[in-house]
Amino acid sequence: MAHTRTCVTAALAFLVPALLSGCQSTQNSGNDSEQAAQKVNIDTNPYPSTYTPIEGQPTVITNVTVIDGVGNKIDNGMVYFADGKIQAVGENIDFPDDARVIDGEGKWVTPGIIDNHSHLGVYPSPAIGSLSDGNEMTKPVTPGVWAEHSVWPQDAGFARALAGGVTTLQILPGSANLFGGRSVVLKNVPSRTMQDMKFPEAPYGMKMACGENPKRVYGKKGGPMTRMGNVRGYRQAWSDAQDYMRKWEKYEADVDAGKEATPPKRDLDLETMAGVLNGDILVHMHCYRADEMVTMMDMMKEFDYQISSFHHAVEAYKIADKLEQNNVCASMWADWWGFKMEAYDGIRENIPMVEKAGACAIVHSDSDIGIQRLNQEAAKAWSDGKRAGIDISMADAWVWLTANPAKSLGIFDKTGSLEAGKNADLVLWTGNPFSTYTKAEKVYIDGGQVFDLNDPRMQPQSDFEVGQAAQGENQ
Amino acid sequence: MRKLIIAAALASAGFAQSALAQNIAITGAKIYTQTEQGVIENGTLLIRDGNIESIGNDVNVPDGYRKYDASGKVVTPGLVGAMTSLGLVEVESWAGVVDASVGDASVSHSGAAFDVSYAINPDSTVIDVSRIEGVTSAATTISYTDYLFQGQGSVISLGKGAEIIKPRAFTVLDVGGNGAEHSGGSRAALWVTLEKLFDEASGLSEAPGLDTVWEGLNTRADIEALQRILSGDMPLVMEAERKSDILQILAFKKRHPEVNIILMDAAEAWRVADELAEADIPVIMNPEMNLPDSFEAIGASIENAARLAKAGVKVAVGMETHNIRLATQHAGNAVANGLTHEQGIASLTSNPASILGVSDRVGSLAAGKQADVVIWSGDPLEVTEYAEQVFIKGEPIDMDSRQTELRDRYQNFYGQDGKTSQYIQP
Repeated sequence: MAHTRTCVTAALAFLVPALLSGCQSTQNSGNDSEQAAQKVNIDTNPYPSTYTPIEGQPTVITNVTVIDGVGNKIDNGMVYFADGKIQAVGENIDFPDDARVIDGEGKWVTPGIIDNHSHLGVYPSPAIGSLSDGNEMTKPVTPGVWAEHSVWPQDAGFARALAGGVTTLQILPGSANLFGGRSVVLKNVPSRTMQDMKFPEAPYGMKMACGENPKRVYGKKGGPMTRMGNVRGYRQAWSDAQDYMRKWEKYEADVDAGKEATPPKRDLDLETMAGVLNGDILVHMHCYRADEMVTMMDMMKEFDYQISSFHHAVEAYKIADKLEQNNVCASMWADWWGFKMEAYDGIRENIPMVEKAGACAIVHSDSDIGIQRLNQEAAKAWSDGKRAGIDISMADAWVWLTANPAKSLGIFDKTGSLEAGKNADLVLWTGNPFSTYTKAEKVYIDGGQVFDLNDPRMQPQSDFEVGQAAQGENQ
Repeated sequence: MRKLIIAAALASAGFAQSALAQNIAITGAKIYTQTEQGVIENGTLLIRDGNIESIGNDVNVPDGYRKYDASGKVVTPGLVGAMTSLGLVEVESWAGVVDASVGDASVSHSGAAFDVSYAINPDSTVIDVSRIEGVTSAATTISYTDYLFQGQGSVISLGKGAEIIKPRAFTVLDVGGNGAEHSGGSRAALWVTLEKLFDEASGLSEAPGLDTVWEGLNTRADIEALQRILSGDMPLVMEAERKSDILQILAFKKRHPEVNIILMDAAEAWRVADELAEADIPVIMNPEMNLPDSFEAIGASIENAARLAKAGVKVAVGMETHNIRLATQHAGNAVANGLTHEQGIASLTSNPASILGVSDRVGSLAAGKQADVVIWSGDPLEVTEYAEQVFIKGEPIDMDSRQTELRDRYQNFYGQDGKTSQYIQP
């Protein structure tokens, strides 16, 4: 653990690759030149994951309808998983005699749902001021705050989301600020600590926000009070981050050249932004309006970073071609609209129209209620597309719930599909998950069972709910 | 464009609705009548002069009726939005006056006097968006005031013109934490205030005349509204989540048996389901609210609707404005968690109609009722099914909204080959 951590430490997000070797030599010998020893290293992973998978057993689900999350459907298929990984998926696959066999007749199996937009833990239940920790609404540029430092693992919403088949979720800061802070990717396992839930090796994200929210919050508190003020705010901050990187690069170069050098003062805000510019931290940007999204994509080119996904994106359908060209995902609701001006042009066909244009469409929740039935959110969008002449298969629609959000979070090499070698994050549904009446029956994370619809012992309960007079969902 | 053509057709007909009124026959459908006739398989429904003429298995279609073949499809009464702010709000946040929100207004001390029937905008795009998905009428209310009461709501039709089916149809009052905040921050003040307001109103035979000096707790305008509540003419929709608050409502009902009470929100209502059934207090709710999102809703449960209905409580589902169209999904999820399918359909149609006092006109399909009818592609509670054709007062409505027009505009913009032009052309 210590070794890994120190090594990551040395690979400071924004340092040039040449410095990596410096890190490694320091690490390997522990007795390097004085210059290297003097170099200030910054630990980029000071709150490391302590996640340990729940122990599972080799399991095969047979006679089941399989949706693999990358566009394929097998009507009478099998899924075999063991050692925390998907081992095989197909119509007829080999599995060992001692594997547990679950007859999936009439049921469907899918990859676990990945919600890339949740505020569970940072805006938990109960929704009271004392637990409201999602928006650092003190100044518009706060990329140095980390959502993981607000996550309350006892939010009852985690278990409700699990009952809806959500196995992985990104917890984002709110959207009051131009730069809202770092996100964290969690595995949805009932735990005492955020670190126990933290998805190992998932990159950090950084939240940004367009439009109405920053200008409403700061319009009378020193600004920005306009959209042009918002853009000035982003650009100045990016420019400051570039300057900050140059200072560190100069420092590193001076130390390497044997010169006397004082390390720059750490700036936690700029450190996160430098991580983005270096490609280690993924940008998730709250943005509703088509024209604003296009401006943001220009800005991304101006400062040479990549936006991973726009979030909410209710006007994505107007610029789906440009999203495709720029390789930016859109994370959307099926049908939310009208609650504010920038959501006024929402249409039900937003998701299928983004899909049709070949862009990366994602179904997200941004809601502790919506996260409980994201399968229905995808089902609505699938049906809305069909009505509008956009024929998408259910298997392709499921990509919106697993593979695409996994890609937006930089974890698709680990999860988001039922393919051999991937983490065994999967859901066995009581039937077709495009139906209102279908529920998640069994949920597995890394091959360990976390939830069972028919076994109260497999239905997590938060500390907050323990010992209350009223036991709503847990009786 | 289609709208323009229809408008032109109306113009040439001199806007005479009756001149356009058609006799309509819907055949072959599975019909949820929401009456003693129950569900009719392969049924026929006749519409004449805006009303339902007859309904059943053995109904012959007379000549001259425009036929809608609904074989394999489902027909229900038009959905009745149980609690919305339709017509009172276009965009909620920071976009001009929202008539669903009342700040300082000296005409009232308690908020009881406000009356939304003056405030409804039939041109709101939210009405079109909702009606093409099967919502044909709705309760519409102020959703926020600086006062105790949320004024007097109306029940409106979502047909063109948004006719008011029933003005001053109900008054909403929060007796939970939100209500307490308007009463010094405590229920200890809220209930005393409420009782004193009602005491004063009940002690007067009528509102004091202009020739008397009046310095009561209520303003003259409030007294009239409170007297209508006290007589049972105007239902009082009491919002509460916590069991103890609902018990207070039951106690209030005992003290004021004439008052026609509807419970709303009601997270912990299942804990007192039998008592609510016995007191004949119906519930308006969103059954998806299953989180302990405050200390008032610790017992929130996804089975709330099912448990209430099982105890005999009349349940209405549908508390939204922009997305009141999602009431079908909400009811569907209640059915997925124990509500019967029949109760699920009732929670969207006959139950809200009867709770709101408009069941003589809407909410069920029977001869003589207003012909608010929906042909669905399949089970309305399935998220993948949808309203194929909606009729309001016997007229097949134009199934377009600003949203479908935006959709078509951009689908055309991308073109058949997926290529776009630089400029948007209508």
